Amino acid sequence: MKRTLQFGLPIALGILAIGFYQAMYVAPVEATMGEIYRIFYYHVPSNTMGLLFPFLNFAASAVYLFTRRSNPSLAQAADALALASAEVALVFLTIGLATGMLWAKPVWGIWWTWDPRLTSCLVLWLIYVSYLLLRRFTAGGQTQTLAAVLSVFAAVDVPIVYMSIRWWRTQHPSPVFFGGPGAGIDPHMWPAVLWNLTGWFLWGVMLVTLRYQLERKRQRVERKSALNALEAEPQMTP
Amino acid sequence: MSYTRIVWAHLAKDLRLEWRSKDAINGMLFFSLLVVVLFSFAFDPTMAVSRQIAGGILWVALLFASTTALNQTWTRELRHQVLDAQRMAPSPASALFLGKVLANFLFVTMIQVVLGPLFIIFYNLHALGQGWWMAVVLPLGTLALVVNGTFFAALSLRTRNREMLLPLILFPVSIPALLAMVQSTSAILTGESDPGLWINMLAGYDIIFMTLCLLLFETILNAE
Amino acid sequence: MRSRPYRGKYLDGANASPASQTQRTFRILQRVHPAANVIELREVSKLYGTFAALRKITAEFHTGNSYVILGPNGAGKSTLLRNLAGLTRPSFGTMTILGSGEVSEVRSRIGYLGHDSMLYDELTAMENLRYSASLYQGETLSSGRWTPEQSLAMVGLDPALNRPVGKFSQGMRQRASLARALMAKPDLLLLDEPFSNVDLASSAQMLHVLNQLRAAGNTILLTTHQPDLARPIADCFCTMEAGQIVSMEYFPPSNAPAGMRSAAGLRA
Repeated sequence: MKRTLQFGLPIALGILAIGFYQAMYVAPVEATMGEIYRIFYYHVPSNTMGLLFPFLNFAASAVYLFTRRSNPSLAQAADALALASAEVALVFLTIGLATGMLWAKPVWGIWWTWDPRLTSCLVLWLIYVSYLLLRRFTAGGQTQTLAAVLSVFAAVDVPIVYMSIRWWRTQHPSPVFFGGPGAGIDPHMWPAVLWNLTGWFLWGVMLVTLRYQLERKRQRVERKSALNALEAEPQMTP
Repeated sequence: MSYTRIVWAHLAKDLRLEWRSKDAINGMLFFSLLVVVLFSFAFDPTMAVSRQIAGGILWVALLFASTTALNQTWTRELRHQVLDAQRMAPSPASALFLGKVLANFLFVTMIQVVLGPLFIIFYNLHALGQGWWMAVVLPLGTLALVVNGTFFAALSLRTRNREMLLPLILFPVSIPALLAMVQSTSAILTGESDPGLWINMLAGYDIIFMTLCLLLFETILNAE
Repeated sequence: MRSRPYRGKYLDGANASPASQTQRTFRILQRVHPAANVIELREVSKLYGTFAALRKITAEFHTGNSYVILGPNGAGKSTLLRNLAGLTRPSFGTMTILGSGEVSEVRSRIGYLGHDSMLYDELTAMENLRYSASLYQGETLSSGRWTPEQSLAMVGLDPALNRPVGKFSQGMRQRASLARALMAKPDLLLLDEPFSNVDLASSAQMLHVLNQLRAAGNTILLTTHQPDLARPIADCFCTMEAGQIVSMEYFPPSNAPAGMRSAAGLRA
């Protein structure tokens, strides 16, 4: 964990600093929204990470489900990764939703609208809250399996939620990526976007790694105390 | 076919148990009746507005009612350790799940048969769109509720606070289905738009999640 | 039954019981028939959090014998049976049951009677057993199956009895549970406290059935707090304490069913 911090922290912070400079001072002012639009350099990376890490969570959960009988040690590692990525995804989604609201108030005049894109983000957020709740509510050896199953459900559900974007009218600005003609941003804004995306990506990866290592440590401690309990002098029941 | 016969055995057993105890049906029926009455206090059920919100109220009432019943659906198997006997039997776990789903589907459908006319009376409804489409939307929506509900009830079976956990994990995943149910019902009642898209989506949702549940049920039944 | 290579661990005192003459003879017999272990446990442990319900149990249970497992509450008796039935999995160690390392593969050949009745209160005994039987259909068993009627008759219950199990006395309910557990003619019968709160007549009936099964070569493991009651059908008293098997005391073969005795070529 120490090494992750030693290497990860300076690199991530450095790139985020460049990103901040690019976003605040270099990138041009947006034509209609003015300065407020600059929150978009944090909103977009947060949401991108919030959509990226669920994939990691799903992949790790799938690995867990496939290997839980055949290769328990790999399965344990996969489960730690699933937990770490779910928590970090939830943090990014929360930031994404919050920055979105901060932006919406001055620009749209409202904090929140039941626009499908916002709604699907919120649903994703709700699903990951329920995922973490499930992990908290279950006890013993079944937590990991049940959580992994729920993660598979989430993975199947999210595209279905997302499809509603195409079916409902939206007031959200057109997507930055793959938005089709007419969408997208000024080329001068790209450096700020890319620096911030890279910075937040590295930051997220660092968080996931730290959380993963913490969970692995917890697993080791748990296993050790279990083995200790096994070796300890049995307490005779009276 | 042997698989069908096993599913039928589970289903017949559930129907017989329900017939003798009438636990689920009575509770569900009264509960959804209460929700409909309470909602008509909350929202003034005058003609113009009621058509807009009736779809939502109907499905929310059914969602709450089926949640209360779904919480009980596996408790029955747990009560005298019957679930252990089912786990040891060589018959496929998915058959157990399918039998349960069909039983719950029938229970909720029975509720709808009673609730539907009451609903029309309380909210002065008559569909402006193609009313007979409801005969498609209701079973599809019910199936969506019941498939995931039965699965997640089994998933939260051996957890702490299981009665509380079920809605917490069921509702978020069911949001797209609920959206489709409400949209299609509203479209039918108001006659302002075509419910076809939402009905297709509901059917797709049912197929996808039924497959997923059947594939994963064995895993959660022997989760430990 | 897939036979596994015999590892010759019988004489190393893993069971920590005084090796009587009989026991030695039995062990020699086992050597001749290497597949004669219905259960082999190697360092099996079960942990609930940091509570060790089973600790490093290494033991063998021989085919055709009936074992009475004794011990105080919390000694791990029920946990052991649940692990053997495949309802939970050991945290560490390996189990070989009926020649298979994966219990779920042989689960249908194991009969299990839990603390609870495993029957629906609202259904009659016959309905319960018919339902149970329908879950075993399609499974081809070498020894065939008993019909629900036969099974109920064996434990002395009237198949025509039109009363829900919830209204049964504890003794009747327990006999109905036994009927359910043995309907599929399991090779291995695991009974958790079958005689608790059961009237004497019912216990006698159950003992009679178990003795028949034992004579037919089935392996039986049962836990109880009443060793005197179970003594007539026991080949071995197995004592558990704090998650471990502390002794396995085999009885002289005069107690063993006739078939076994002649096969072993023993004279009491």
